[in-house]
Amino acid sequence: MSDRDGTRAKVIEAIAPFNKKGISLTEATSFAADLEWDSLTVMDFVAAIEDEFDIIITMNMQAEIETVGQLVDAVESLTG
Amino acid sequence: MTDLLSKFDPLIAERGALLASGVRDPFAIVMEEVRSPTLAVIQGKETILLGTYNYMGMTFDPDVITAGKTALDTFGSGTTGSRVLNGTYQGHKECEDALKAFYGTRSAMVFSTGYQANLGMMSTLAGKGDYIILDADSHASIYDGCALGNAEIVRFRHNSVEDLDKRLGRLPAEAGKLVVLEGVYSMVGDIAPLKEMVAVAKKHGAMILVDEAHGMGFFGPNGRGVFEEAGVEADVDFVVGTFSKSVGTVGGFCVSNHPKFEILRLVCRPYVFTASLPPSVVATAAASIRKLMHAGDKRAHLWKNSKRLHAGLREMGFTLGTETAQSAIIAVMLPDMETTVRMWQALIELGLYVNMARPPATPAGTYLLRCSLCAEHSDEQVGQILGMFRAAGQAVGCIS
Repeated sequence: MSDRDGTRAKVIEAIAPFNKKGISLTEATSFAADLEWDSLTVMDFVAAIEDEFDIIITMNMQAEIETVGQLVDAVESLTG
Repeated sequence: MTDLLSKFDPLIAERGALLASGVRDPFAIVMEEVRSPTLAVIQGKETILLGTYNYMGMTFDPDVITAGKTALDTFGSGTTGSRVLNGTYQGHKECEDALKAFYGTRSAMVFSTGYQANLGMMSTLAGKGDYIILDADSHASIYDGCALGNAEIVRFRHNSVEDLDKRLGRLPAEAGKLVVLEGVYSMVGDIAPLKEMVAVAKKHGAMILVDEAHGMGFFGPNGRGVFEEAGVEADVDFVVGTFSKSVGTVGGFCVSNHPKFEILRLVCRPYVFTASLPPSVVATAAASIRKLMHAGDKRAHLWKNSKRLHAGLREMGFTLGTETAQSAIIAVMLPDMETTVRMWQALIELGLYVNMARPPATPAGTYLLRCSLCAEHSDEQVGQILGMFRAAGQAVGCIS
C-alpha cells in the first residue's frame, strides 16, 4: 500500500462518524454536495483530521478543499 | 439574466412561512419611544428592554447627554472626513485620552464602529505568511476581519486551552502569530479562561488581542474587562472594544502599549477610508467612559440583577447557556425554531423585549432567547421580568 493509499484509508475512517447518511465514499465525494455537512460538522471533522495527522489545515486551505480526494492530497502535502 | 438575489430564496421561503403562521417578525421591531435605558414603547405598549447590551445604562445619563449637546452646538453635526484628513476634532483626541485613562495604556485608537475596529485590527496586524488563531465561536466582525486580510486563519475549539495549545504547537515557530480571544462570548454569555489561554499563547511566542466588547464596564476592579479580572493585563498586546454596549453610544476602539502602535493610523484601511464619528458621539463616549471609571455601585447592582435572573429562571425549569451567571448575558436555550418564536412572541405581548437568536449566529446550531441585563433595571423590574418568563413559559409549555 502506497503512502497515499494509507492516508486515504485513514481519511475515510475519520469521515465515518460524521457520515450520518451512510453515503458510499469515493475520491470524488463532495463534503458539501454529497455529505451535506454544515459548517459546524466541517469544523469538528477538520479538528479530527488535524489531530489524527498532527497537522493544521487553515481556513484558507479548507476553502479550496471540496472533495475527499482533494483532502487526501492536502493531507499528503502537509505530512510530506 | 440571472437574478443575483435568487440565492436567498430558501431564507425568503422560511421567513414567509414563519410570518404566515401569525407571529410578529422578531427582526423588525421598532422602538416608537425610548423612555429610559430599560423602557421603550413598542406597538403602543410599554415594554421592558432585556436585550439591548446597554449594560451600564449610560444612554440617558444627564452628564453624557449634556456633553453630546454641547459638542453638537460647538462642532456641528458631523466631520465629513477621515480621521487622517479633516476628521480628527478636539473631541476625538479627548475620547482617546479618556480611553487611555480608563485602560491605563499608552495608546488608543477610535474607530467608527466596533465592527470596524475588528476589521481593521485583524486585517492589518496579521499579513501574508502570518497566522491568526481564533476561537471557533468568535464574533462575525473577527471572522470578517480575517477575510479582509491575507493571513492564514486557524480555528480552535471554543474556550479549549488544550486545543489552542495543540494548534499553536503545530505552527512554524518563526511565523508571526496573533491569538484572538474574547472576554465574554455574546451568544451564551460565557467567559474565556483568559489566564490559561494567555499563558499558552505566550509560551508559543504569539501576540494576543482580546475583544472586550461585552466585558468593558463591569469586569475587573476598574471595569476594563475580563482580562483585567483574570490578571493578564501585562501580557495582552491589544484590547478591542466598542462604545455601543456599556458606553452607550456607537464607535469602536483599540488600546495598546505597543511602542509602534501609532503607525496603525496610517495603514489600517477601516480606520483611514471612512468618515470619523460625529463630534456629539465622541463627546458622549468620552463623558461616559470617564464616569464608568467610578461606577462601582452600578457594577455591583448589575451583578446582583444578573445572578437573580439566572437563579430565578433556572428555578422555574428553563435550560440556560451557563451553569451560573458568568456575565450580564443570560441565554435561555430552546429546542427548536417554533418554540423559540412562540416564546419570544409571548414575552413581547406581555411587555418584555429579548433577542431571538438562531443559527448560524448561534453556536452548535442552537436556538435561544438572549437576555442582557442593565445596571438600571430596578429590583422591581427584575421581579416583573421573572413573572413574565413564568407566564410565557407556561403558556408555551416550556416549563410546568
